[in-house]
Amino acid sequence: MSQPQTLFEKVWQQHVVAEPEGEPTILYIDLHLVHEVTSPQAFDGLRMAGRKLRRPDRHIATVDHNVPTTSAQDRLVIADQISARQVNALRSNCAEFGIEFFDVQDASQGIVHMIGPELGATKPGTTIVCGDSHTSTHGAFGALAFGIGTSEVEHVMATQTLPQSKPKTFRINVEGKLPHGVTAKDIILEIIGRIGTDGATGYVVEYAGSSVRALSMEERMTICNMSIEAGARAGMIAADETTFAYLKGRRFAPKGAAWDEAVAHWRTMHTDEGARFDREMTIDAAELAPSVTWGTSPGMVTRVDAMVPSIEDARSEADRKSYARALEYMDLKPGIRIEDIAVDRVFIGSCTNARISDLRAAAAVVKGHHVATSVRAMVVPGSQLVKKQAEEEGLDHIFRTAGFEWREPGCSMCLGMNPDILQPGERCASTSNRNFEGRQGRGGRTHLLSPAMAAAAAVTGHLTDIRKWPAAAKPAATEPALAQEGAR
Amino acid sequence: MEAIRTLTSTAAPLPLPNIDTDQIIPKQFLKRIERTGYGDFLFYDWRRIQDGPNAGQPNPEFVLNKPEHKGAKILIAEKNFGCGSSREHAAWAIQQFGFNAVIAPSFADIFFSNAGKNGIILVRLTDEEVQTLLSRSTANPKHTITIDLEQQTVDDDQGFHAHFDIDPFRKYCLLNGLDDIGLTLRHADALDSYEQKHDAAFWLAPKFDALVTATRETR
Repeated sequence: MSQPQTLFEKVWQQHVVAEPEGEPTILYIDLHLVHEVTSPQAFDGLRMAGRKLRRPDRHIATVDHNVPTTSAQDRLVIADQISARQVNALRSNCAEFGIEFFDVQDASQGIVHMIGPELGATKPGTTIVCGDSHTSTHGAFGALAFGIGTSEVEHVMATQTLPQSKPKTFRINVEGKLPHGVTAKDIILEIIGRIGTDGATGYVVEYAGSSVRALSMEERMTICNMSIEAGARAGMIAADETTFAYLKGRRFAPKGAAWDEAVAHWRTMHTDEGARFDREMTIDAAELAPSVTWGTSPGMVTRVDAMVPSIEDARSEADRKSYARALEYMDLKPGIRIEDIAVDRVFIGSCTNARISDLRAAAAVVKGHHVATSVRAMVVPGSQLVKKQAEEEGLDHIFRTAGFEWREPGCSMCLGMNPDILQPGERCASTSNRNFEGRQGRGGRTHLLSPAMAAAAAVTGHLTDIRKWPAAAKPAATEPALAQEGAR
Repeated sequence: MEAIRTLTSTAAPLPLPNIDTDQIIPKQFLKRIERTGYGDFLFYDWRRIQDGPNAGQPNPEFVLNKPEHKGAKILIAEKNFGCGSSREHAAWAIQQFGFNAVIAPSFADIFFSNAGKNGIILVRLTDEEVQTLLSRSTANPKHTITIDLEQQTVDDDQGFHAHFDIDPFRKYCLLNGLDDIGLTLRHADALDSYEQKHDAAFWLAPKFDALVTATRETR
């Protein structure tokens, strides 16, 4: 019998084009996802070198980072001339090089990591790259999917391959039933908190265990999406019946007899019994609680029922320095209750948490309530498909009635490359993936959390333990204390 | 890509861990479609006063604004440098500002790759060694460091000496200023034959219908 292999090793091995002595492996890339921000220089590079796109059928493009989310009209004529130029560059590059392009008002447009799965282009056992670090999202389908820089984008365009050094493997098992109020977002935030933002650097992580198996595809995508926040090269979850059910009937999924043949192959794409990982860790789901970040890195995270930590809680000298800087930037004092932190803005969106189940979870919390008067809240569906589905289900009505803004699909306030940004000093409860300094706008302060908790924060005006919902929605006897005196 | 064998220069110390690419180059500069012109935007927000009457003015406290560190070609930082977003603009900004090398205890994977493609030398030293260099460059802006890529050594003008590890192929590419695409195309035959077999595995094709049609046409 052959040596037991991990899922990662199987995908890797099936994509080796060449293994030159003493050099990185030349790895074949099945799918390259293209967006407007990291591609223009790569197309220019091809033109300058007189190179062609090797396989136009293996690229899919859309616009997401730059597009305004306010209205269809604002998207068709982008007021920011620099953004407009970048979006137009992608339009003409796709036409010139023959790439299928889902333009701003196309029924399939959306955040690049939303539309790959929605179109059925993201498939188990494949290699997927994109000039975007959250490409790890696609690993939820048992694909090896990772973010690359623009030089690598050009490399894939020219050769449909990438030279890659083989990463190490790391299995994270999450076992047991998730406690009430704990979501996929809380699982991944807990993992990042435990291993740190460089805890998985150099590794491909496979998420396994009974808790992971029980998750929907959308929840699995949330977990794999934030693998990069732990430094991982990629995150993967083996395909199973849940995966097949999600993919069946989608536009680019195989049909008829070909579907059965595909599923038969996909069933072989899992870690064999007895396969060795370079590192392994197990988390007991029963120990998990809803999580919120308090600092300026996704690893600065704690339970919603905890307090803002003090510098002494840091694990190393370097962490102590970052803690001090983060507390200052976030305008937080150690020891205050997380639940007492008041927010100015709520953002429900991004490639981490803007899928239909995320919107349903948020709507369920919001229904019958109203956004606090001190809060400006918005919901930005991750794709046109999600927006349409949500509107069919009447979720947009629930959000609008509650005082949320209901927007057009895009990356929006996850990274502030479009008009959706925080003002200096504003504090935001956000379902996105990064709480770096200035990420959502210069001087903005971000708390990462699950969609349900973001919705609850919008209603109460402060970070809220979802396990206390709906009791927490009732007006408190006294107003919750502000984060700190002078906090805005 | 310009090849660099040895580099002798003063250094700019940035004694912080987890410096992410959003700090190295904030998002508003990612809207440009050019590959050059990013140097002025390096650490844009950190280089400016954020609040008060002088908001927007250069922050004289920030190391890159200090005249005594002007011209430094080496940047020194703490662990996990370049984490976060995959934006290669971070590598472009560092290089176009005038840095040819970064010394740190560790680097994030994607940044590590992006820097290599642009001929930036990334030197991994131990925490202790990095702290020594950080404190010497902070205390004395004239503190001069020499990186010898061929020998894989770092020396300074005060007797510091350390060896660093680098993947032999990465070193070879840096020393010779090689173009990656050109290197891969040496395997064009292997690629052609791999691709022919691979296309038959339709379950791996991103666009099932398009590929099946294309395959039928060629048969």
